[in-house]
This record gives sequence, structure tokens and C-alpha cells, in this order.
Amino acid sequence: MLTDLFADYTLRTVALGSALLGIVSGVIGAFAVLRRQSLLGDAMSHAALPGIVLAFIVTGSREPVALMIGAAFACWIGAMFVASIVRTTRLKSDSVLGLILATFFGVGLVLLTWVQQWPTAAQAGLDRYLFGQAATLLERDVIAMAAVGLPALLILALFWKECAILAFDPDFASSIGLPVRLLDALLTSLLVVAIIIGLQTVGVVLMSAMLVAPAAAARQWTDRLGVMVALSGIFGAAAGVVGALLSSTAERLPTGPMIVVCISILAFVSLLLAPRRGVVWAWLRNGRLVATR
Amino acid sequence: MTSEQPAIQITDLTVAYRDKPVLWDIDLTVPGGVLMGIIGPNGAGKTTLIKTILGLVRPAAGQVLIYGKPYAEQRRLVAYVPQRSSVDWDFPASVLDVVMMGRYGALGWFRRPGKRERELALEALARVGMREFAHRQISQLSGGQQQRVFLARALVQDAQVYFMDEPFQGVDATTERAIVGLLQDLRAAGKTVVVVHHDLQTVTEYFDWVALLNVRLVASGPVAEAFTEAALRATYGGRIAFLEGRLPDAGAGERRTGVVVSS
Repeated sequence: MLTDLFADYTLRTVALGSALLGIVSGVIGAFAVLRRQSLLGDAMSHAALPGIVLAFIVTGSREPVALMIGAAFACWIGAMFVASIVRTTRLKSDSVLGLILATFFGVGLVLLTWVQQWPTAAQAGLDRYLFGQAATLLERDVIAMAAVGLPALLILALFWKECAILAFDPDFASSIGLPVRLLDALLTSLLVVAIIIGLQTVGVVLMSAMLVAPAAAARQWTDRLGVMVALSGIFGAAAGVVGALLSSTAERLPTGPMIVVCISILAFVSLLLAPRRGVVWAWLRNGRLVATR
Repeated sequence: MTSEQPAIQITDLTVAYRDKPVLWDIDLTVPGGVLMGIIGPNGAGKTTLIKTILGLVRPAAGQVLIYGKPYAEQRRLVAYVPQRSSVDWDFPASVLDVVMMGRYGALGWFRRPGKRERELALEALARVGMREFAHRQISQLSGGQQQRVFLARALVQDAQVYFMDEPFQGVDATTERAIVGLLQDLRAAGKTVVVVHHDLQTVTEYFDWVALLNVRLVASGPVAEAFTEAALRATYGGRIAFLEGRLPDAGAGERRTGVVVSS
């Protein structure tokens, strides 16, 4: 299969796109996890669905770039809803996140069902955005993904120390004069970028796994922020490529679940086996303690 | 920055959360070079007062000046030690990483901490007795060690005014003594130190200036003048008992081991 990878145009495109998706979502997701915003990522990726369908209704085409723009808008609006409801009501943020996720996703499903009953054929395949279908990736889709993903990574690198201090101690960050709200908006925007890059491949339902699982796995192996973020990107890319290629070998097998199975295995192994933080490690250490007693 | 100009001047400060006043019409002047304790019961607004001074909480009304100017213009003069429990100590960072964050304000955008920042951070760690922990992961620290790391981060800010939120919360006696010694060194060097504190028994021993707060400012000034039985009663209401009646108006300088707060 490795030789196919370089010879076969489709597989090469799929692998490249999935690697890109994995790196971007792994790196940006790591910051979401460290800021305890994993659920925000989940709500935002579900919120993308109505954006995708509305973009299709407005433009009448399934052009991925147009749908990505619609999705980005919907993600942002979802995130702003969450922020303003938390600020203005007494609801706790987990309730608000659940509410926004369900509302946006529900509206998205209704729209999708309605559109799919249209007598035309243009809407066929719109439901692929639920669970992703990497085999539909074209070279220009990958170029579009790179065009938004790589600048996002560059921006994160530029504002690295500001984002790090915001993640660790936002009050202190604010006290030394960092524009905390702007940085927060920046990180949310980067999260939007990571989500829309993953829409075609992973889909809205399981995208949050690509934001959370690589970071959770990476955290197990290191105590350094830089190493953790890099590892998270590598894990995401590896799971993306393996999952996408596996799903491409079978007809009509959605890619999202395959990728998520791969990254979940990685996360599970990390939680179990990582030195010092792993569960097995803790057992062995406790066993040794008991033995010496 | 003249010596007559107060380090902190607060006028008519009111802060409310959802219509409920947390701080009401505070007027407080803190001269430079004092070590001040902010004392008051739970929910008195002690932390809110510090956060409002630092611009983290927006007041409903009032003004705060640091050496005569708004905080936004005087950030470099100010260092802040948040409550230890306000951050996740499982964050992937070493002790040195956290202390170097104290230099980020001076570093500015896009510049990475380098050799100079490392040296300053190591120096500050030595001052809090944590030099050998520089490369330790922060999740492996005890409560007292975490507090020292936060203190070191404030020290590298090289400020004139230090704000510390409950630095003695949950630390061992050795650490508490070490921190007090350090705070007194800062005052001796002409710095102003403001500490949120809740242990009444140590007030006269640790501080030379005090502010008694319970939503309103009850009293403030030198400990010998402001830390009186009447002021404590006004601050704590009925929740305080004076066992021996030894208070500043009964005889300044005596140990007030008889003060008990029941909540």
C-alpha cells in the first residue's frame, strides 16, 4: 500500500489532505485542551452543519470552498452565542455548550433533510459532511486546506508565548497588559480554521475527537509545552493518514469514524503505557512500593 | 514618582456583580514603601479589590491610580501574584518556564525569552530558595513550592508595587516564614507590598499597614492605629470573639493571640 501511496493520485491527495488536517487540528486542539475548551470545539464543529447546508442553498453548488466559508461563519456564530449566553445569563458554560451544540446541529439536520428531498441532483453527497469522506478530496481542496491551515500554524507560532501564558494563567496575562480578549478571539478563530479543514475528511460529528484526542495522547508523553504541541500534531497527522487510507480502500466507508478509531487507539495506548503518567506505570510503581515495604 | 505621591490611590470605587455590590464606595490611599495586609471575612471583596486595581474586574464607578496614573500606564511598576489555586498546576511547564513568564511583559510581542531572562529567573528562584527546582515539572511541586514559584515570577517583574492574593493559603510554616521574610525585604528596599490576608493573629507581626474590608472599607492606616477592636468588630460583625481583650487600644504591640474568628 505504501507504493500505491506515491503512485495513486487519489490516495496521495487523500493522504496529504489527512496529514494536513491532523497536524492543524492536533496543534490547535492542544491549546483548546490546555485551556479546557474541548467542549467548545465539539459545540463549534457541530455548529458548522447549518452553515454548510445554508452555503449550499445560497450558492447552489457543492464547491467545498464555498461550504467551508459557510461552515466558518456558523462556527463563529456558535462560539459567539456561547460566549454571550454565558456572560448574560446564569447558565453554566457546560449547559450552554450542550444547548448550542444541539440547537445548531438540529437546525443543520433539518435543513439537510429538507435539501435532500429537492428534486435536483446537485445536493447529492451533502450528507458526507456528517461523517466525512476523504476519497472525495481533490487536489484543489487540499490546496485550499493548506492555504488556511498553514497560515494558522504560522500565526500560532508568532504568538506562541502569549498563547502559552493565556492558557496557563489568563489573569496574570491580563495583568501584564496582554489583550486577553483579542488573544481569546484569535485562538477561537484558529479553532474555526482547524474545524473547517476537517469537515470534508472527518465530518462535523466526530471532528472534536481530532481536536482533543491527539492532545490528550501527547500530554502523556511529555511535560514540555512545545514537545506536547508538536507531538499532538504528529499524532493527529498519523491517525489522519492511516484512517483516511483505510477508509479509501473500502467502498463507501466514511473516513471520520476510521480516523477517530485510529486516534482513539493512540490515545488509549498513551493513557495506558506512557512512562510516569500512564496507568500501567502507576500500577508497576505501586507494586514496587508494596514489594519494598 | 515623588516620595509624597501615594503608591495606590483609590477614590469612590464601587464594584458590583449582577446588581449586588461587592465593593461599595472605597476610598483608600496607600503610601509607598509599606507592607499592607487587606483583612476581612470571606466574601468581603478582598480579591475583587486587588483584581479591580489590576484592571481584571471593571468597576461600576470610581478610579484607581498607581503613583498618580491609571494602571494601564503603570503596568511595569506592578507585579501580581494570583491565588495559587487559580491555575492548573498540571500544565506542561517547568518551574523555570513559569518564572520566565514574569519577563513577558517587558519582552514585548514576538520576542522569545533568552539567556538574560533565564538568568533573571534563576536569580529570582534562588531568592525564594527554589534554585535547584528550576527544571522540575510544576505538577511535582508541593503547595508551598508552588507559592514560591509564583513569588519568583513576581520578583522577576522587578516592580515597585506587589499585589499578592492569599500567599499563605495552604503553605507550610517554613514557607510562610520564608515568604514573610521576603516581603519584609521588599519593603526594606522601598517597594510597596499589598497582601490579601485572613489570619488575624499574625497581622501585627507581619504588616505595618492594614486595610479592614467588608464590602465597605472599615478602616485603613498604620496597624497600630487602624487595627483596633472596634474596627475588627465593625469588619467581622458578631463573628469575632476577643478572649483577652488585648488590642491596640488596650496596649499597642502586644500579641493578640486572643482574637478568634468563628464563621
